[in-house]
Amino acid sequence: MIAGKYFSIGKNIPSGGFSLDSIVTGARLRKKSNGANMCGIVGLFLKDKQMQPELGALLTDMLVTMSDRGPDSAGIAVYREAAKRCSKITVQSANPTADFADLQRDFDVDVDVEVIDTHAILTVPSDAVTEVLTQVEHKHPGLRLMSRGGAIEIYKEVGLPQSVADRFNIPELSGSHGIGHTRMATESAVTTLGAHPFSTGADQCLVHNGSLSNHNRLRRQLARQGTQVQTENDTEVAAAYLTHRMEKGDNLGEALEAGLNDLDGFYTFVVGTKNGFGVLRDPIACKPAVLAETDQYVAFGSEYRALVNLPGIAHANVWEPEPATVYFWSH
Amino acid sequence: MQQLDLETQSLRDVNATLQAQEAQTNQTKWEILNPKGAHAIACGLDSEIDVTVQGATGYYCGGMNKHATIRVAGSVGPGVCENMMSGKVVVEGDASQYAGATGHGGLLVIKGNASSRCGISMKGIDIVVHGNIGHMSAFMAQSGSLVVCGDAGDALGDSIYEAQLFVRGSVASLGADCIEKEMRPEHMAKLAELLSAAECDADPSEFRRYGSARQLYNFDIDNAGAY
Repeated sequence: MIAGKYFSIGKNIPSGGFSLDSIVTGARLRKKSNGANMCGIVGLFLKDKQMQPELGALLTDMLVTMSDRGPDSAGIAVYREAAKRCSKITVQSANPTADFADLQRDFDVDVDVEVIDTHAILTVPSDAVTEVLTQVEHKHPGLRLMSRGGAIEIYKEVGLPQSVADRFNIPELSGSHGIGHTRMATESAVTTLGAHPFSTGADQCLVHNGSLSNHNRLRRQLARQGTQVQTENDTEVAAAYLTHRMEKGDNLGEALEAGLNDLDGFYTFVVGTKNGFGVLRDPIACKPAVLAETDQYVAFGSEYRALVNLPGIAHANVWEPEPATVYFWSH
Repeated sequence: MQQLDLETQSLRDVNATLQAQEAQTNQTKWEILNPKGAHAIACGLDSEIDVTVQGATGYYCGGMNKHATIRVAGSVGPGVCENMMSGKVVVEGDASQYAGATGHGGLLVIKGNASSRCGISMKGIDIVVHGNIGHMSAFMAQSGSLVVCGDAGDALGDSIYEAQLFVRGSVASLGADCIEKEMRPEHMAKLAELLSAAECDADPSEFRRYGSARQLYNFDIDNAGAY
Protein backbone atom coordinates (compact mmCIF):
# COMPACT_ATOMS: atom_id res chain seq x y z
CA MET A 1 0.00 0.00 0.00
CA ILE A 2 1.41 3.37 -1.01
CA ALA A 3 -0.34 6.02 0.99
CA GLY A 4 -0.65 9.76 1.20
CA LYS A 5 0.79 12.58 -0.78
CA TYR A 6 2.69 11.27 -3.77
CA PHE A 7 4.68 14.35 -4.62
CA SER A 8 4.19 18.06 -4.71
CA ILE A 9 4.70 20.48 -7.56
CA GLY A 10 5.63 24.14 -7.12
CA LYS A 11 2.59 26.35 -7.05
CA ASN A 12 3.11 28.66 -10.00
CA ILE A 13 -0.09 30.62 -10.29
CA PRO A 14 -1.06 31.26 -13.91
CA SER A 15 -2.12 34.82 -14.60
CA GLY A 16 -5.55 35.69 -15.82
CA GLY A 17 -7.64 32.76 -14.72
CA PHE A 18 -10.14 33.36 -11.96
CA SER A 19 -13.73 32.43 -11.38
CA LEU A 20 -14.80 34.34 -8.32
CA ASP A 21 -16.30 37.08 -10.47
CA SER A 22 -19.41 37.14 -8.31
CA ILE A 23 -17.52 38.69 -5.44
CA VAL A 24 -14.60 40.45 -7.04
CA THR A 25 -14.89 43.04 -9.73
CA GLY A 26 -12.46 45.52 -11.13
CA ALA A 27 -10.47 46.36 -14.18
CA ARG A 28 -7.38 44.66 -12.83
CA LEU A 29 -9.03 41.28 -12.86
CA ARG A 30 -8.93 39.57 -16.22
CA LYS A 31 -11.81 37.15 -16.14
CA LYS A 32 -11.76 33.73 -17.73
CA SER A 33 -14.91 32.22 -16.36
CA ASN A 34 -16.96 29.51 -17.99
CA GLY A 35 -19.96 30.33 -15.87
CA ALA A 36 -21.28 28.42 -12.90
CA ASN A 37 -19.57 25.19 -13.84
CA MET A 38 -20.23 22.88 -10.95
CA CYS A 39 -20.33 19.08 -11.34
CA GLY A 40 -20.09 16.73 -8.39
CA ILE A 41 -17.41 14.09 -7.90
CA VAL A 42 -17.21 11.26 -5.40
CA GLY A 43 -14.66 8.51 -5.03
CA LEU A 44 -14.05 5.63 -2.68
CA PHE A 45 -10.89 3.56 -2.45
CA LEU A 46 -11.27 0.66 -0.03
CA LYS A 47 -8.32 -0.54 2.02
CA ASP A 48 -10.49 -2.93 4.02
CA LYS A 49 -11.52 -5.87 1.82
CA GLN A 50 -14.48 -6.60 4.08
CA MET A 51 -16.07 -3.37 2.90
CA GLN A 52 -16.01 -4.40 -0.78
CA PRO A 53 -19.62 -5.69 -0.90
CA GLU A 54 -20.76 -2.21 0.25
CA LEU A 55 -18.88 -0.25 -2.43
CA GLY A 56 -21.82 0.30 -4.78
CA ALA A 57 -24.22 1.28 -2.02
CA LEU A 58 -21.76 3.72 -0.41
CA LEU A 59 -20.83 5.31 -3.76
CA THR A 60 -24.49 5.66 -4.73
CA ASP A 61 -25.34 7.41 -1.47
CA MET A 62 -22.37 9.75 -1.91
CA LEU A 63 -23.26 10.57 -5.52
CA VAL A 64 -26.97 11.10 -4.87
CA THR A 65 -26.00 13.64 -2.18
CA MET A 66 -24.15 15.56 -4.90
CA SER A 67 -27.15 15.59 -7.30
CA ASP A 68 -27.69 19.34 -7.05
CA ARG A 69 -24.16 19.99 -8.31
CA GLY A 70 -25.07 18.55 -11.72
CA PRO A 71 -28.45 17.42 -13.01
CA ASP A 72 -27.53 16.57 -16.61
CA SER A 73 -25.98 13.13 -16.54
CA ALA A 74 -24.32 10.78 -14.11
CA GLY A 75 -21.87 7.93 -14.21
CA ILE A 76 -19.97 5.51 -12.05
CA ALA A 77 -16.81 3.49 -12.63
CA VAL A 78 -16.46 0.42 -10.46
CA TYR A 79 -13.36 -1.74 -10.22
CA ARG A 80 -14.00 -5.42 -9.52
CA GLU A 81 -11.66 -8.11 -10.64
CA ALA A 82 -12.75 -10.23 -13.62
CA ALA A 83 -12.39 -14.01 -13.58
CA LYS A 84 -8.86 -15.36 -14.05
CA ARG A 85 -7.36 -14.69 -17.49
CA CYS A 86 -10.47 -12.72 -18.46
CA SER A 87 -11.08 -9.07 -19.24
CA LYS A 88 -14.25 -7.00 -19.36
CA ILE A 89 -15.50 -4.71 -22.10
CA THR A 90 -18.39 -2.36 -21.23
CA VAL A 91 -20.46 -1.21 -24.22
CA GLN A 92 -23.52 1.01 -24.43
CA SER A 93 -26.31 1.16 -26.98
CA ALA A 94 -29.07 3.63 -27.79
CA ASN A 95 -31.14 0.61 -28.98
CA PRO A 96 -30.23 -2.10 -26.51
CA THR A 97 -33.09 -4.48 -27.40
CA ALA A 98 -32.00 -4.76 -31.00
CA ASP A 99 -28.26 -4.37 -30.53
CA PHE A 100 -27.83 -6.80 -27.64
CA ALA A 101 -30.26 -9.52 -28.85
CA ASP A 102 -27.74 -11.64 -30.78
CA LEU A 103 -24.57 -10.15 -29.43
CA GLN A 104 -23.25 -13.31 -27.81
CA ARG A 105 -23.42 -15.32 -31.04
CA ASP A 106 -21.60 -12.71 -33.11
CA PHE A 107 -18.10 -13.36 -31.84
CA ASP A 108 -15.57 -15.92 -33.00
CA VAL A 109 -14.32 -16.39 -29.45
CA ASP A 110 -16.16 -17.36 -26.29
CA VAL A 111 -17.76 -14.16 -24.95
CA ASP A 112 -20.07 -13.94 -21.96
CA VAL A 113 -22.59 -11.11 -22.31
CA GLU A 114 -24.36 -9.57 -19.31
CA VAL A 115 -26.96 -6.99 -20.36
CA ILE A 116 -27.84 -4.29 -17.84
CA ASP A 117 -30.32 -1.75 -19.28
CA THR A 118 -28.47 0.19 -22.01
CA HIS A 119 -25.11 -1.35 -21.13
CA ALA A 120 -23.61 -4.77 -21.68
CA ILE A 121 -20.56 -6.23 -19.99
CA LEU A 122 -18.67 -8.56 -22.30
CA THR A 123 -16.36 -10.92 -20.44
CA VAL A 124 -13.71 -12.17 -22.85
CA PRO A 125 -10.43 -14.07 -22.64
CA SER A 126 -7.73 -11.46 -21.95
CA ASP A 127 -5.77 -12.43 -25.06
CA ALA A 128 -8.85 -11.85 -27.26
CA VAL A 129 -9.72 -8.29 -26.21
CA THR A 130 -8.35 -6.64 -29.35
CA GLU A 131 -10.07 -9.20 -31.58
CA VAL A 132 -13.43 -8.69 -29.85
CA LEU A 133 -13.09 -4.91 -29.98
CA THR A 134 -12.45 -5.11 -33.73
CA GLN A 135 -15.48 -7.35 -34.20
CA VAL A 136 -17.65 -4.95 -32.15
CA GLU A 137 -16.49 -2.07 -34.31
CA HIS A 138 -17.27 -3.85 -37.59
CA LYS A 139 -20.40 -5.82 -36.74
CA HIS A 140 -22.01 -3.43 -34.25
CA PRO A 141 -21.19 0.15 -35.23
CA GLY A 142 -24.05 1.38 -33.01
CA LEU A 143 -22.31 0.22 -29.84
CA ARG A 144 -20.23 2.73 -27.88
CA LEU A 145 -17.22 1.58 -25.92
CA MET A 146 -17.43 2.68 -22.28
CA SER A 147 -14.41 0.87 -20.86
CA ARG A 148 -12.15 -2.15 -21.12
CA GLY A 149 -9.81 -3.83 -18.71
CA GLY A 150 -9.29 -6.49 -16.11
CA ALA A 151 -11.44 -4.83 -13.46
CA ILE A 152 -13.18 -1.66 -14.68
CA GLU A 153 -16.89 -1.32 -15.53
CA ILE A 154 -18.42 2.06 -16.42
CA TYR A 155 -22.11 2.87 -16.28
CA LYS A 156 -23.26 6.32 -17.39
CA GLU A 157 -26.40 7.86 -18.79
CA VAL A 158 -28.27 11.14 -19.06
CA GLY A 159 -30.31 11.81 -15.92
CA LEU A 160 -29.94 12.27 -12.18
CA PRO A 161 -27.62 10.06 -10.12
CA GLN A 162 -30.50 8.24 -8.43
CA SER A 163 -32.08 7.22 -11.74
CA VAL A 164 -28.74 6.12 -13.19
CA ALA A 165 -27.93 4.13 -10.04
CA ASP A 166 -31.37 2.47 -10.12
CA ARG A 167 -31.15 1.57 -13.81
CA PHE A 168 -27.84 -0.20 -13.38
CA ASN A 169 -28.33 -1.61 -9.86
CA ILE A 170 -25.20 0.24 -8.75
CA PRO A 171 -25.96 -0.26 -5.01
CA GLU A 172 -25.62 -4.01 -5.53
CA LEU A 173 -22.10 -3.79 -7.00
CA SER A 174 -19.12 -4.85 -4.97
CA GLY A 175 -15.59 -3.78 -5.78
CA SER A 176 -12.24 -2.51 -4.56
CA HIS A 177 -12.67 1.13 -5.59
CA GLY A 178 -14.98 3.34 -7.59
CA ILE A 179 -15.52 6.87 -8.87
CA GLY A 180 -18.79 8.70 -9.51
CA HIS A 181 -19.67 11.94 -11.28
CA THR A 182 -22.76 14.04 -11.76
CA ARG A 183 -22.49 16.56 -14.57
CA MET A 184 -23.47 20.14 -15.21
CA ALA A 185 -22.47 20.39 -18.84
CA THR A 186 -20.52 23.34 -20.22
CA GLU A 187 -18.05 22.11 -22.81
CA SER A 188 -20.06 19.61 -24.85
CA ALA A 189 -23.61 18.35 -25.30
CA VAL A 190 -25.70 16.53 -22.69
CA THR A 191 -25.39 12.99 -24.07
CA THR A 192 -24.39 9.59 -22.78
CA LEU A 193 -21.01 9.93 -24.44
CA GLY A 194 -20.53 13.36 -22.88
CA ALA A 195 -21.11 11.95 -19.39
CA HIS A 196 -18.24 11.08 -17.09
CA PRO A 197 -16.25 8.94 -16.26
CA PHE A 198 -14.18 8.84 -19.43
CA SER A 199 -12.00 5.85 -20.13
CA THR A 200 -9.35 6.02 -22.83
CA GLY A 201 -7.08 3.16 -21.80
CA ALA A 202 -7.34 -0.24 -20.19
CA ASP A 203 -8.65 0.05 -16.63
CA GLN A 204 -8.17 3.83 -16.66
CA CYS A 205 -10.84 6.39 -15.98
CA LEU A 206 -11.05 10.10 -15.28
CA VAL A 207 -13.74 12.41 -13.93
CA HIS A 208 -13.48 16.17 -13.95
CA ASN A 209 -15.01 19.22 -12.37
CA GLY A 210 -13.98 22.30 -14.30
CA SER A 211 -13.27 23.22 -17.88
CA LEU A 212 -10.17 23.03 -20.04
CA SER A 213 -9.38 25.85 -22.41
CA ASN A 214 -6.75 24.19 -24.62
CA HIS A 215 -8.54 20.91 -25.32
CA ASN A 216 -9.02 21.53 -29.04
CA ARG A 217 -5.32 22.04 -29.67
CA LEU A 218 -4.43 19.15 -27.42
CA ARG A 219 -6.96 16.92 -29.22
CA ARG A 220 -5.28 17.68 -32.55
CA GLN A 221 -1.81 17.10 -31.10
CA LEU A 222 -2.87 13.74 -29.67
CA ALA A 223 -4.52 12.76 -32.96
CA ARG A 224 -1.27 13.47 -34.84
CA GLN A 225 0.45 11.11 -32.42
CA GLY A 226 -2.14 8.41 -33.00
CA THR A 227 -4.41 8.86 -29.97
CA GLN A 228 -8.03 9.42 -30.99
CA VAL A 229 -10.97 10.48 -28.80
CA GLN A 230 -14.66 9.82 -29.44
CA THR A 231 -16.25 13.16 -28.51
CA GLU A 232 -15.90 16.94 -28.49
CA ASN A 233 -15.61 16.86 -24.72
CA ASP A 234 -12.68 18.54 -22.92
CA THR A 235 -12.44 15.89 -20.18
CA GLU A 236 -12.03 13.07 -22.65
CA VAL A 237 -8.99 14.88 -24.04
CA ALA A 238 -7.50 15.05 -20.54
CA ALA A 239 -8.14 11.32 -20.11
CA ALA A 240 -6.55 10.57 -23.49
CA TYR A 241 -3.61 12.78 -22.60
CA LEU A 242 -2.95 10.78 -19.42
CA THR A 243 -3.36 7.49 -21.30
CA HIS A 244 -0.92 8.74 -23.95
CA ARG A 245 1.64 9.67 -21.29
CA MET A 246 1.28 6.31 -19.57
CA GLU A 247 1.69 4.47 -22.88
CA LYS A 248 4.98 6.37 -23.26
CA GLY A 249 6.15 4.99 -19.91
CA ASP A 250 4.92 7.43 -17.27
CA ASN A 251 3.25 6.07 -14.18
CA LEU A 252 -0.01 7.81 -13.17
CA GLY A 253 1.79 10.20 -10.82
CA GLU A 254 4.23 11.30 -13.54
CA ALA A 255 1.43 11.67 -16.09
CA LEU A 256 -0.56 13.87 -13.71
CA GLU A 257 2.54 15.94 -12.98
CA ALA A 258 3.07 16.51 -16.71
CA GLY A 259 -0.60 17.50 -16.96
CA LEU A 260 0.05 20.48 -14.69
CA ASN A 261 2.09 22.00 -17.52
CA ASP A 262 0.08 20.81 -20.51
CA LEU A 263 -3.55 21.12 -19.39
CA ASP A 264 -4.75 24.73 -19.24
CA GLY A 265 -7.92 25.52 -17.37
CA PHE A 266 -9.77 24.67 -14.23
CA TYR A 267 -9.84 21.16 -12.95
CA THR A 268 -10.30 18.89 -10.04
CA PHE A 269 -9.56 15.43 -11.43
CA VAL A 270 -10.15 12.08 -9.81
CA VAL A 271 -8.45 9.23 -11.64
CA GLY A 272 -8.80 5.48 -11.35
CA THR A 273 -6.46 2.73 -12.47
CA LYS A 274 -6.70 -1.02 -11.92
CA ASN A 275 -5.06 -0.77 -8.51
CA GLY A 276 -4.90 2.95 -7.89
CA PHE A 277 -6.81 6.10 -7.11
CA GLY A 278 -5.50 9.63 -7.70
CA VAL A 279 -6.56 13.24 -7.16
CA LEU A 280 -5.19 16.41 -8.76
CA ARG A 281 -6.36 20.04 -8.57
CA ASP A 282 -5.12 22.85 -10.81
CA PRO A 283 -2.89 25.56 -9.29
CA ILE A 284 -5.81 28.01 -8.89
CA ALA A 285 -7.91 25.33 -7.16
CA CYS A 286 -11.31 27.00 -7.46
CA LYS A 287 -13.07 23.68 -7.88
CA PRO A 288 -13.88 22.22 -4.50
CA ALA A 289 -12.42 18.99 -3.12
CA VAL A 290 -12.41 17.19 0.21
CA LEU A 291 -10.45 14.04 1.05
CA ALA A 292 -11.03 11.76 4.03
CA GLU A 293 -8.91 8.83 5.14
CA THR A 294 -9.37 6.13 7.75
CA ASP A 295 -7.78 2.71 8.22
CA GLN A 296 -10.60 1.31 6.07
CA TYR A 297 -10.78 3.70 3.11
CA VAL A 298 -9.83 6.88 1.28
CA ALA A 299 -12.84 8.91 0.20
CA PHE A 300 -13.18 11.93 -2.09
CA GLY A 301 -16.10 14.34 -2.29
CA SER A 302 -16.65 17.64 -4.04
CA GLU A 303 -18.13 18.61 -0.69
CA TYR A 304 -17.99 17.21 2.82
CA ARG A 305 -21.74 16.59 2.52
CA ALA A 306 -20.96 13.62 0.26
CA LEU A 307 -18.93 11.92 2.99
CA VAL A 308 -21.16 12.30 6.05
CA ASN A 309 -22.72 8.83 5.91
CA LEU A 310 -19.45 6.90 5.53
CA PRO A 311 -18.63 4.61 8.47
CA GLY A 312 -16.20 6.19 10.91
CA ILE A 313 -16.22 9.58 9.19
CA ALA A 314 -16.46 11.39 12.55
CA HIS A 315 -12.94 10.17 13.37
CA ALA A 316 -11.49 10.27 9.83
CA ASN A 317 -8.61 12.50 8.83
CA VAL A 318 -10.43 15.05 6.64
CA TRP A 319 -8.60 17.66 4.58
CA GLU A 320 -8.74 19.79 1.47
CA PRO A 321 -6.18 18.63 -1.12
CA GLU A 322 -3.52 21.22 -1.94
CA PRO A 323 -3.44 22.90 -5.35
CA ALA A 324 -1.04 21.48 -7.97
CA THR A 325 -0.30 18.49 -5.78
CA VAL A 326 -0.67 14.89 -6.88
CA TYR A 327 -2.31 12.53 -4.40
CA PHE A 328 -2.24 8.83 -5.19
CA TRP A 329 -3.06 5.62 -3.39
CA SER A 330 -2.66 2.08 -4.66
CA HIS A 331 -3.32 -1.45 -3.50
CA MET B 1 -30.31 26.52 25.39
CA GLN B 2 -32.73 26.21 22.45
CA GLN B 3 -32.05 23.32 20.08
CA LEU B 4 -32.66 23.10 16.34
CA ASP B 5 -32.09 19.80 14.55
CA LEU B 6 -31.37 19.65 10.81
CA GLU B 7 -32.17 15.94 10.88
CA THR B 8 -35.83 16.76 11.55
CA GLN B 9 -36.20 20.43 10.54
CA SER B 10 -35.60 22.03 7.17
CA LEU B 11 -32.70 24.42 6.72
CA ARG B 12 -35.17 27.12 5.79
CA ASP B 13 -37.09 26.65 9.07
CA VAL B 14 -33.89 26.65 11.12
CA ASN B 15 -32.62 29.86 9.54
CA ALA B 16 -36.06 31.53 9.69
CA THR B 17 -36.31 30.72 13.42
CA LEU B 18 -32.93 32.29 14.10
CA GLN B 19 -33.63 35.28 11.86
CA ALA B 20 -36.92 35.94 13.68
CA GLN B 21 -35.24 36.57 17.04
CA GLU B 22 -35.79 40.17 18.05
CA ALA B 23 -32.91 42.26 19.30
CA GLN B 24 -34.40 42.04 22.80
CA THR B 25 -35.03 38.29 22.79
CA ASN B 26 -34.41 36.40 26.01
CA GLN B 27 -33.72 33.22 24.00
CA THR B 28 -30.10 34.08 23.31
CA LYS B 29 -28.46 30.62 23.30
CA TRP B 30 -29.06 28.30 20.35
CA GLU B 31 -27.61 25.02 19.21
CA ILE B 32 -27.89 23.47 15.73
CA LEU B 33 -27.57 19.69 15.59
CA ASN B 34 -26.73 17.43 12.62
CA PRO B 35 -25.43 20.05 10.17
CA LYS B 36 -23.86 17.27 8.03
CA GLY B 37 -22.12 19.71 5.72
CA ALA B 38 -25.32 21.53 4.69
CA HIS B 39 -25.04 24.89 2.94
CA ALA B 40 -25.98 28.34 4.26
CA ILE B 41 -26.45 27.39 7.91
CA ALA B 42 -27.14 30.36 10.23
CA CYS B 43 -27.17 32.90 7.41
CA GLY B 44 -28.58 36.41 7.63
CA LEU B 45 -28.79 36.57 11.43
CA ASP B 46 -29.28 40.09 12.75
CA SER B 47 -29.69 39.94 16.52
CA GLU B 48 -27.28 39.41 19.39
CA ILE B 49 -27.84 35.71 19.78
CA ASP B 50 -25.27 32.99 20.38
CA VAL B 51 -25.43 30.01 18.02
CA THR B 52 -23.32 26.84 18.19
CA VAL B 53 -23.30 24.50 15.18
CA GLN B 54 -22.45 20.98 16.33
CA GLY B 55 -20.48 19.62 13.38
CA ALA B 56 -19.09 20.48 9.96
CA THR B 57 -20.90 22.80 7.55
CA GLY B 58 -20.87 23.33 3.78
CA TYR B 59 -20.85 26.53 1.75
CA TYR B 60 -21.60 29.99 3.20
CA CYS B 61 -22.13 29.22 6.89
CA GLY B 62 -22.86 32.45 8.81
CA GLY B 63 -23.15 34.51 5.62
CA MET B 64 -24.15 38.16 5.99
CA ASN B 65 -24.00 37.87 9.77
CA LYS B 66 -24.89 40.95 11.81
CA HIS B 67 -24.55 41.07 15.63
CA ALA B 68 -24.75 37.29 16.21
CA THR B 69 -21.98 35.10 17.63
CA ILE B 70 -21.71 31.82 15.72
CA ARG B 71 -19.43 28.99 16.78
CA VAL B 72 -18.88 25.97 14.53
CA ALA B 73 -17.68 22.87 16.38
CA GLY B 74 -16.19 21.44 13.19
CA SER B 75 -14.86 22.57 9.82
CA VAL B 76 -16.57 24.86 7.33
CA GLY B 77 -16.88 24.76 3.55
CA PRO B 78 -16.26 27.61 1.11
CA GLY B 79 -17.28 31.18 1.90
CA VAL B 80 -17.78 31.08 5.66
CA CYS B 81 -19.40 34.33 6.89
CA GLU B 82 -19.18 35.83 3.43
CA ASN B 83 -20.08 39.52 3.57
CA MET B 84 -20.33 39.59 7.37
CA MET B 85 -21.37 43.00 8.71
CA SER B 86 -20.68 42.59 12.44
CA GLY B 87 -20.67 39.97 15.19
CA LYS B 88 -18.29 37.06 15.58
CA VAL B 89 -17.84 33.70 13.89
CA VAL B 90 -15.51 31.10 15.42
CA VAL B 91 -14.56 27.95 13.50
CA GLU B 92 -13.01 25.25 15.67
CA GLY B 93 -11.73 23.28 12.65
CA ASP B 94 -10.49 24.25 9.18
CA ALA B 95 -12.07 26.58 6.63
CA SER B 96 -12.26 26.04 2.88
CA GLN B 97 -11.64 28.71 0.27
CA TYR B 98 -12.63 32.39 0.44
CA ALA B 99 -13.31 32.50 4.18
CA GLY B 100 -14.61 35.91 5.21
CA ALA B 101 -14.82 37.14 1.61
CA THR B 102 -16.06 40.73 1.18
CA GLY B 103 -16.72 41.03 4.95
CA HIS B 104 -17.56 44.55 6.08
CA GLY B 105 -17.09 44.09 9.82
CA GLY B 106 -17.03 41.73 12.78
CA LEU B 107 -14.46 39.09 13.68
CA LEU B 108 -13.85 35.72 12.03
CA VAL B 109 -11.67 33.28 13.97
CA ILE B 110 -10.45 30.06 12.34
CA LYS B 111 -8.70 27.80 14.83
CA GLY B 112 -7.40 25.39 12.17
CA ASN B 113 -6.14 26.26 8.69
CA ALA B 114 -7.85 28.29 5.99
CA SER B 115 -7.36 27.44 2.33
CA SER B 116 -7.04 29.71 -0.69
CA ARG B 117 -8.41 33.24 -1.02
CA CYS B 118 -8.97 33.81 2.69
CA GLY B 119 -10.21 37.39 3.16
CA ILE B 120 -10.56 38.08 -0.55
CA SER B 121 -11.94 41.57 -1.13
CA MET B 122 -12.35 42.11 2.62
CA LYS B 123 -13.87 45.48 3.42
CA GLY B 124 -13.46 45.95 7.17
CA ILE B 125 -13.76 42.47 8.68
CA ASP B 126 -11.03 41.23 11.03
CA ILE B 127 -9.87 37.65 10.44
CA VAL B 128 -7.60 35.67 12.76
CA VAL B 129 -6.36 32.26 11.58
CA HIS B 130 -4.57 30.15 14.18
CA GLY B 131 -3.02 27.93 11.47
CA ASN B 132 -1.95 28.52 7.86
CA ILE B 133 -3.69 30.16 4.91
CA GLY B 134 -3.61 29.24 1.22
CA HIS B 135 -2.72 31.14 -1.93
CA MET B 136 -4.23 34.43 -3.12
CA SER B 137 -5.37 35.39 0.37
CA ALA B 138 -6.37 39.02 0.98
CA PHE B 139 -6.61 39.54 -2.79
CA MET B 140 -7.88 43.11 -3.37
CA ALA B 141 -8.38 43.47 0.39
CA GLN B 142 -9.70 46.95 1.07
CA SER B 143 -9.79 47.37 4.85
CA GLY B 144 -9.75 45.38 8.07
CA SER B 145 -7.03 43.06 9.37
CA LEU B 146 -5.95 39.52 8.51
CA VAL B 147 -3.85 37.81 11.19
CA VAL B 148 -2.14 34.51 10.38
CA CYS B 149 -0.38 32.64 13.18
CA GLY B 150 1.08 30.07 10.76
CA ASP B 151 2.29 30.43 7.18
CA ALA B 152 0.74 32.20 4.19
CA GLY B 153 0.60 30.74 0.66
CA ASP B 154 1.53 32.32 -2.65
CA ALA B 155 0.54 35.80 -3.80
CA LEU B 156 -0.46 37.14 -0.40
CA GLY B 157 -2.22 40.50 -0.62
CA ASP B 158 -2.21 40.72 -4.40
CA SER B 159 -3.60 44.10 -5.53
CA ILE B 160 -4.24 45.01 -1.91
CA TYR B 161 -5.77 48.34 -0.91
CA GLU B 162 -5.68 49.37 2.76
CA ALA B 163 -6.18 46.15 4.72
CA GLN B 164 -3.45 45.24 7.21
CA LEU B 165 -1.89 41.78 7.14
CA PHE B 166 0.01 40.22 10.05
CA VAL B 167 1.81 36.91 9.52
CA ARG B 168 3.85 35.04 12.13
CA GLY B 169 5.27 32.31 9.89
CA SER B 170 6.60 32.31 6.35
CA VAL B 171 5.00 33.93 3.31
CA ALA B 172 5.44 31.81 0.16
CA SER B 173 5.28 34.96 -1.99
CA LEU B 174 3.76 38.42 -1.92
CA GLY B 175 1.29 39.44 -4.59
CA ALA B 176 1.50 42.51 -6.81
CA ASP B 177 1.82 45.76 -4.84
CA CYS B 178 2.02 44.02 -1.45
CA ILE B 179 5.10 44.78 0.66
CA GLU B 180 6.39 44.22 4.15
CA LYS B 181 5.85 47.22 6.36
CA GLU B 182 7.17 48.54 9.64
CA MET B 183 5.50 47.20 12.77
CA ARG B 184 4.84 50.30 14.87
CA PRO B 185 3.47 50.38 18.45
CA GLU B 186 -0.08 51.07 17.26
CA HIS B 187 0.06 47.96 15.05
CA MET B 188 1.38 45.89 17.95
CA ALA B 189 -1.47 47.12 20.14
CA LYS B 190 -4.07 46.37 17.48
CA LEU B 191 -2.60 42.90 16.90
CA ALA B 192 -2.57 42.11 20.65
CA GLU B 193 -6.22 43.10 20.84
CA LEU B 194 -7.18 40.89 17.88
CA LEU B 195 -5.25 37.87 19.20
CA SER B 196 -6.90 38.22 22.58
CA ALA B 197 -10.37 38.45 21.02
CA ALA B 198 -9.52 35.36 18.94
CA GLU B 199 -8.63 33.19 21.94
CA CYS B 200 -5.03 32.99 20.71
CA ASP B 201 -1.97 33.26 22.94
CA ALA B 202 0.57 34.00 20.17
CA ASP B 203 3.13 36.70 20.95
CA PRO B 204 2.49 39.86 18.84
CA SER B 205 6.22 40.57 18.63
CA GLU B 206 6.72 37.46 16.47
CA PHE B 207 4.57 38.80 13.62
CA ARG B 208 5.49 40.79 10.53
CA ARG B 209 3.19 43.32 8.93
CA TYR B 210 2.35 43.54 5.22
CA GLY B 211 0.28 46.04 3.29
CA SER B 212 -0.07 48.03 0.12
CA ALA B 213 2.81 49.78 -1.62
CA ARG B 214 0.07 52.01 -3.10
CA GLN B 215 1.69 51.90 -6.53
CA LEU B 216 -1.09 50.02 -8.27
CA TYR B 217 -4.38 51.61 -7.36
CA ASN B 218 -3.49 55.29 -7.58
CA PHE B 219 -3.71 57.04 -10.91
CA ASP B 220 -0.22 57.90 -12.09
CA ILE B 221 0.15 60.73 -14.60
CA ASP B 222 3.04 58.87 -16.24
CA ASN B 223 0.57 56.17 -17.29
CA ALA B 224 -1.91 58.60 -18.89
CA GLY B 225 -0.99 57.34 -22.33
CA ALA B 226 -2.29 53.90 -21.50
CA TYR B 227 -5.87 55.10 -21.01
